[in-house]
Parts: sequence; structure tokens; C-alpha cells
Amino acid sequence: MHAPAPRSIDWAALRADFPILQQEIRGRPLIYFDNAASTQRPRAVLDALRHFDEHDHANVHRGLHELSSRATDAYEGARQKVARFIGAANAEEIVFTRGTTEAINLVANSWGAKFLKAGDVILLTELEHHSNLVPWQLLAERTGARLRFVPVRVEDGTLELEQLGALLTPEVKLFAFTHISNGIGTINPVAELCRAARAVGAVSLVDAAQSAGHLPLDVQQIGCDFLAFSGHKMCAPTGTGVLYGRAEILEQMPPWHGGGEMIVSVTLEKSTFKTPPHRFEAGTPNISGAVGLAAAIDYLEQIGRDRIFAHDRALTEHAQVQLAGIPGVQVLGPREERGALVSFVMESAHPHDLTTFADQQGLALRGGHHCNQPLMRKLKLPGTTRASFYFYNTHAEVDAMMEILRAAQRYFG
Amino acid sequence: MNAELDELYQQVLLDHAKRPRNFGEIAEGAVHVHGDNPSCGDEIHLHVRFGEDRGVEEIKFTGHGCAISLASASLMTMKLRGRTAAEATALATALRELVTTEVAEPTAALGDLRVLGGVRKFPQRVKCAMLPWRAFEQAQAGNAGSGRVSTEA
Ligand SMILES: Cc1ncc(COP(=O)(O)O)c(C=O)c1O
Repeated sequence: MHAPAPRSIDWAALRADFPILQQEIRGRPLIYFDNAASTQRPRAVLDALRHFDEHDHANVHRGLHELSSRATDAYEGARQKVARFIGAANAEEIVFTRGTTEAINLVANSWGAKFLKAGDVILLTELEHHSNLVPWQLLAERTGARLRFVPVRVEDGTLELEQLGALLTPEVKLFAFTHISNGIGTINPVAELCRAARAVGAVSLVDAAQSAGHLPLDVQQIGCDFLAFSGHKMCAPTGTGVLYGRAEILEQMPPWHGGGEMIVSVTLEKSTFKTPPHRFEAGTPNISGAVGLAAAIDYLEQIGRDRIFAHDRALTEHAQVQLAGIPGVQVLGPREERGALVSFVMESAHPHDLTTFADQQGLALRGGHHCNQPLMRKLKLPGTTRASFYFYNTHAEVDAMMEILRAAQRYFG
Repeated sequence: MNAELDELYQQVLLDHAKRPRNFGEIAEGAVHVHGDNPSCGDEIHLHVRFGEDRGVEEIKFTGHGCAISLASASLMTMKLRGRTAAEATALATALRELVTTEVAEPTAALGDLRVLGGVRKFPQRVKCAMLPWRAFEQAQAGNAGSGRVSTEA
């Protein structure tokens, strides 16, 4: 974990680093509250991408020429940076992917195909994003393994952890869960869940899509076997992502995609494969994306994720308090421990009408099921309206949202 | 608020969304179609009883959804009851045109349905307005029993 930088943070100055935020939508200043779906990129990241493309781009691990070595250094340097960013013991534990979804599919296809058999159990939770659910459904169908779920408490959106003992039976081979719920903001006690998994010999996977850019993460402290996240939710370009896998486990896993970059030698009949992480990165990777991800990590570490968390926590708290003051509005999820988002329903306006209304005032919200259909079903809601924050958002923007929500209530009420 | 929003959410539309007409089921002899819009969770259960010549004798719906899909369903049921098969088909076509293309003068036959024209400026909401009509077209196509339509299918 990184010690916080000594100076205090000028949040307004940071906001100015984001060109996209300096615009008006239909004559109103853009208020971007859809950060859980994707965050914006600071100039430092845009510049790094441009610099790489203008000076250093070539394929990696192939050419014996100057540009190829620069590109390889940049790409492998990004891997080391990611390793430090999440406290991995070494860079070989970092596999680059297109995002969280691909990282989880990698585990399901490679680890799952080798280690799961009929009768085994995959334990998930009712909070999961579709991308930490559907790959396991597909795997269960292929292998005859069964899915089991830790229930979510309807009242406060937390997991019913008192059931964990009964659910984590010896048949459980994998326990996969989200760190922070993108639908309602619940923060799960990931270290405790990993410990519980280990106690029954199950492998653990943490979906860190909503946490990697929002709070300090250390895979060794968490004690997870796998951890997945997406670059685009932490100031990096789309099409970047990471699978962390503990070295001993990655080493036992077979390739999942075949092609260039991942082989040692190839005959017409048979091939031998590189060691991790390259075994899992077939074909030309997203090289500039990795460069952008590294720049995003530098940018976030200059601020400090502990401070980002504190900033976003205060903003979220402010939004929760304000929303509680609007009659007919119900905020979902836990009151205290929660990620940088508020998910709510308004009696008089359906989420889609509300988001259309907000959009007309330049406020970007998300309405719907947030890729959490089973969770919404459990909460007996067709969907919610969600405002999700990042460090460049301000209290004034939250106040402006409240005005817009009040106006919507008058409009539709 | 602003003109486009007011054109989308006209009073007639909001009124139908709040107090949907023909909200309910048909006990007997009706075709049932379940329409859903998985991206926003809207659901409509449409019940239509057709006459011998495939005219619309009775039409009702239940379900939940945004103002646009509810109002569209409510207005549709009012419009379609008592129509011949050909009239109903023509209305469905005219409605689709109204919400997807820039028509100078919407067909007068659409009557109240013309309030849905505001959807044109909101492409993501077109499927909300179309959901009940797609369910109706499915009901027309099927002979008896029940069917499904989905905006994502
Ligand atoms: C909790 C969670 N898991 C997984 C994902 C999937 O991420 P991606 O679409 O970047 O692969 C998301 C993003 O929407 C998410 O919020």
C-alpha cells in the first residue's frame, strides 16, 4: 500500500485535468454521474497514449528493432506497475485482458475446465454483475458443476454472511464474489470471504471492477487467488483489464486461447506453451492500452486511493443525506459501508423517465438493472436510478442533482 | 422545462401513464402475449380477443414500465378495440412510422396516438413506445394461446 502524498489535494485542479468534463450538454454544464459504468480519462492518460503512438509503437516481444524493444518495455513496465498497484508478489501474476469480463471468462475456461467436475459447487453471491455470473453458468453447463449463492439481505443489501458456514461445504471448489456491488454499492469483507474459502480448500476470485480505482487494494492482504478489474473504470482506456492470479495457481492452468505470443515451440501437430502470464495472452495484445493503464495508475497514485475513497465517501454520504430528505425516494443498499454510488427509486418516476429527464438537464445518470437482473428481482424492483461518483465530482454537482430530482418529481408527480 | 421534453411527456401521455385505461385481463378466449424490455425491466401482458374476421373485439393489458410504455399501451388499447384486422395493421404501421421517421403530417387516423411522436427525438426510448405494439403484432400473428416478444430479441 502506498503512503499518502504529504500535500493536500486540490480537487478542483484535478477536475481540470479532464477535458471531457469541461463541456455543456444542452446548455447546462455536464454532470457526469455514470462513473460505475465507465470513468473519464485525464489529460495525462490521453497524452501518454498519444506519445506512445507517435513515438514508440510496434509489436511486442517480436522485432529485434528499437521500436519493438521500446514497446515491449512499455508493455512489460505496465505489467510491473499493475503488480505494485495491487500488491502482487511479482509481475508474472498479472495477465492483461480486455477487462473484468474477459478476466473472469479466462478463469472459468482455463482453471474451470481443468479443475471442475460434475458435482462440484461454484459459490457466488446474489450481488453479482452478470459478468461474474454468466461465465459460471456456462461452465456449470459444460462440467456438470452446480451453482450456489450467498443470499443478499433485502433490507440493507448486505450478504447474509451468517449462512457462509452452511454454504461453504467441501464440494465448493470456487468462491467468486464482488468487492463492491455496482448495483447498490455494498462493500463486501473480501479478506474474510477469502479466508473462509481457503478454510474449505476452495479457490477465491474477487471481482474488483468497482474497487480497483476507488480504494487501496492489496491482493496479499486480501488473500485472494484471483482478482479481476477493468482499466476503463479507473481512468484508463477501454479494452484494458487485469487478471491477477496467484503464481502457483496460474502455473497449473492450461492456455485458453491459442495463437502467437503464447507458445514456446510449434510443430504441425503440437505446441508447447510459455509460462504465465504470457501463456494466457495469445496474439498481439492491447499495447497502447497497457501504456494508458500505466499512466492511469501513476495518476491515481499521485492522488492516493485512500484519499479518493475518503473524497467519494463524503460525496456519497452527502447524496444519501440529501436523498433521504426527498419524500417518495428510497435509497437501496447499506447505510454505512458503501462504494461511491447511490442507487434509488422514486415513487413518481420510473428510472428511465427519470434518466431521460436528467439527461435533458445535462445530468448523466443510469437507469435500469445495471447488469444485476437477479439482484433486482430479489429486491422486487424492475430497476433503479443510479448516480455513481469519482474524485472529480463535487458537492455542488450533487446539490444540482437534487434540484433536478425535485424538479422531476414535480414534473412526473 | 424544455421543449423536447415537454413534447415527449405531453399531458395526455402522463395522464395515461398514471391512469392506464383498459388495465386488466380478459378472462376467456383471448390471445396472451408477454412482452418485455429486458434492458429496463418493462413488462406488458397483453390480452386480445379477436373476432371471427380477426377484428379486435376486446383488448386489455397489465404490467409495469416507464411512462412511455404504459401510456403507449393504454392509448393502443383504446385505439384498437373494435377495429378490423386491416385497420389495426394499418395503425401499427402508422405508429411505427410516427415514432421512427420524420413525418411532416402524421396520419389523422392516429388521433390521440400522435402524442407519441415526441419519442422520435429520443431514439433510446423508441422501443418503450413500440413494446405494446410489437406485442399486439405478435398477438395478431399467433392464432391462439400465448406468445412472447422482447425488445432485445
Ligand atoms: C462489479 C462489476 N463486475 C464486472 C463488470 C464488467 O466489467 P467490464 O464490462 O469492464 O468487463 C462491471 C462493469 O460494468 C462491474 O461493475
